[in-house]
Amino acid sequence: MSVEMAELQKKNGIPPIQFGEEVSGAETLLRCLILEQVEYIFGYPGGAVLPIYDSLYGSYFKHILTRHEQGAIHAADGYARATGKPGVCIATSGPGATNLVTGIATAQMDSVPLVCITGNVAQSLIGTDAFQEANITGITIPITKHSYFVRDIRDLPRIVKEAFHIATTGRPGPVLIDIPKDVANEKAPFTYPDKVEIRGYRASLVPSDEQVQEFVKAVSEAKRPVILAGGGIIAAQAEKELRDFAEKTRIPVINTFMGLGGFPGTHELSLAMPGMHGNYTANQALLNADCVIGLGARFDDRITMGRTKEFAPKARIVHVDIDPAELGKNVETAVTVAGDVKSTLAKAIPLAKACDSEAWISQLKEWKEQYPYKYKKDGDVLKPQAVIELLYNSTDGEAIVTTDVGQHQMWTAQYYKFKHPRSFISSGGLGTMGFGFPAAIGAQIAHPDRTVISVVGDGGFQMTNQELAIVSQYNIPVKVAIVNNQCLGMVRQWQELFYDNRYSQIDLTCSPDFVKLAEAYGVKGLRASTPEEAEAVWAEALAHDGPVVVDFRVAQEENVYPMVASGNTLDQMELGDD
Amino acid sequence: MQQHTISVLVNDQPGVLTRVATLFGQRGFNIDSITVGGTEEQGLSRMIISTGGDDRQINQLMKQLHKLIDVISVTNLSENPFVSRELALIKVTASPSQLAELNGIVEPFRAAIVDVGPSSLIVQVTGDTEKIDALLVLLQNYGVIELTRTGSVAMARSIVPATAAATV
Repeated sequence: MSVEMAELQKKNGIPPIQFGEEVSGAETLLRCLILEQVEYIFGYPGGAVLPIYDSLYGSYFKHILTRHEQGAIHAADGYARATGKPGVCIATSGPGATNLVTGIATAQMDSVPLVCITGNVAQSLIGTDAFQEANITGITIPITKHSYFVRDIRDLPRIVKEAFHIATTGRPGPVLIDIPKDVANEKAPFTYPDKVEIRGYRASLVPSDEQVQEFVKAVSEAKRPVILAGGGIIAAQAEKELRDFAEKTRIPVINTFMGLGGFPGTHELSLAMPGMHGNYTANQALLNADCVIGLGARFDDRITMGRTKEFAPKARIVHVDIDPAELGKNVETAVTVAGDVKSTLAKAIPLAKACDSEAWISQLKEWKEQYPYKYKKDGDVLKPQAVIELLYNSTDGEAIVTTDVGQHQMWTAQYYKFKHPRSFISSGGLGTMGFGFPAAIGAQIAHPDRTVISVVGDGGFQMTNQELAIVSQYNIPVKVAIVNNQCLGMVRQWQELFYDNRYSQIDLTCSPDFVKLAEAYGVKGLRASTPEEAEAVWAEALAHDGPVVVDFRVAQEENVYPMVASGNTLDQMELGDD
Repeated sequence: MQQHTISVLVNDQPGVLTRVATLFGQRGFNIDSITVGGTEEQGLSRMIISTGGDDRQINQLMKQLHKLIDVISVTNLSENPFVSRELALIKVTASPSQLAELNGIVEPFRAAIVDVGPSSLIVQVTGDTEKIDALLVLLQNYGVIELTRTGSVAMARSIVPATAAATV
């Protein structure tokens, strides 16, 4: 064992590991996870991973037994997004492994570091359609950053080391390790490599001085510049550099959906979110800018609306991204920097000067005042936007908030002004219903002392609400806020606007009584149907020392505005009726 | 749409071909032909992939290929002079009495008759795609029973003065 590893073990209080001792593949795996400083494992046992679970028995690890593998991987994902550390989950072969697929795709789309461990049938049975056999490495090729099928126990330590390295470096992503049962049972002397050497893999990209100079020159010439800050800011931990750069250059910042929290939503230079449900000012900024600076943002079609020729029509686009394949992928760029955002900005800040942008900033400020997010209040009717405002005001914007997908997700992005990175956790790329609640469990485990709110719709919550068992069993104090409009709200909105009010299969009135459902799991349940009730009930929820489910009964017919309809361009925004 | 020949050096591991092929499908590219084989270094394989696309598309494809962990390097051979060869085996309807006649056809192509049966024979030909296509047109007059051809194997030419570059 290297000196570094010995010091690491001592520092983290992890159990001593005997190198050279003959141990099983399962024990080898767990020792590797210890050396990777893994603390929590989210998982679900089954036949093919019995050797691993046997080794887990009485071990150092804190294992969270979810009630579905999808819950396990979303919880691991929430843990990873809340900490920046890799999330780890385990599932058995066949259906256990395939139940991870949605979670793997979710993590891949949002560049989340995960290490997913699956069992498989013994190698002698591989390819025979054996009981609970699935080619999970094959199934997940398009949705993992990389995957491994372990054929020999002697490869396992190297593979685990590589998996963590690949998951957490460069553009982060999910890595899958599939371990057949015979490898888990086989024995070999324990070793662990000190270093990772993967030929051809470029983990770190520090841009050259020339590239940074070109970047700074392009930016400094702009009079109407705007930064489009994506999830890459958060992944690279570049929020301080972004703030310093924006303040020094006097460039306003638009946070993409994945970038919310990467620049404080309360900052004077913040323009909040652009795109389909973004605000007027952010979209006008993109339409009128003479320079759009993409920092760790991938120019997703929810921002460009897929109309890339009409996107930011007056602007030169400058793009910095750690993934070279993102440069020029979706929009034509004038200047590209293939590099880590943090190191790019760190190099750029000393060279940068203030832009001649004060007139531009004044214009944007006027638009911000004239066209804020707004909705029509209606007496005793509880509006969903009011629920999110309540959550924001009651926590002063300091909570970690997770969401599912749909209207509640967009209202959360609009009305909760995220100030800190890793405080907004949502499935942006894949748009995964059922993600928010288990992700909140992972986030709360990572941050036991912070308020964690899971904003969910009544639809998405029913996809993973069985994980109420987890918050009850481990007393995880997640506050679940169901924005309950008794229908699939975003689908209803689209059917209203684009399908002539033909509401096909969106009725969720026959849902469980969520208060009773929570109580059935031993979790406190509360309900509110008016703004007054909402305030009282939410205060009670926050004061409760444990998990709570709050069923907010909101107006069903409320739509998310502003909106750029699919197929339109950013200048074709509908602002709503009030 | 231009044709491009991409050389991809990869780890010689199970599943790597699937990863590469999946990437093409996932990103909407078509593989016109693909060949895989050993290289000068043990543990590595080289894939030669023929595909179509404009410069922007090919640039994007190469970047996406490079993201695969098992990919060591990616080169667009079409950007510089390169040598490309295919192999084809063509089974033609012919009796032994037509052997001389067919020999006369295949010889200018530096092809060879490698099997003779009572009512058919097999022609082996190597060369670039156009050469093989040309021979095929001639042989079709006799009746092609079966055709099998590889994709291209290709290699960048050595750097020599432009005037001295020769086509072999």
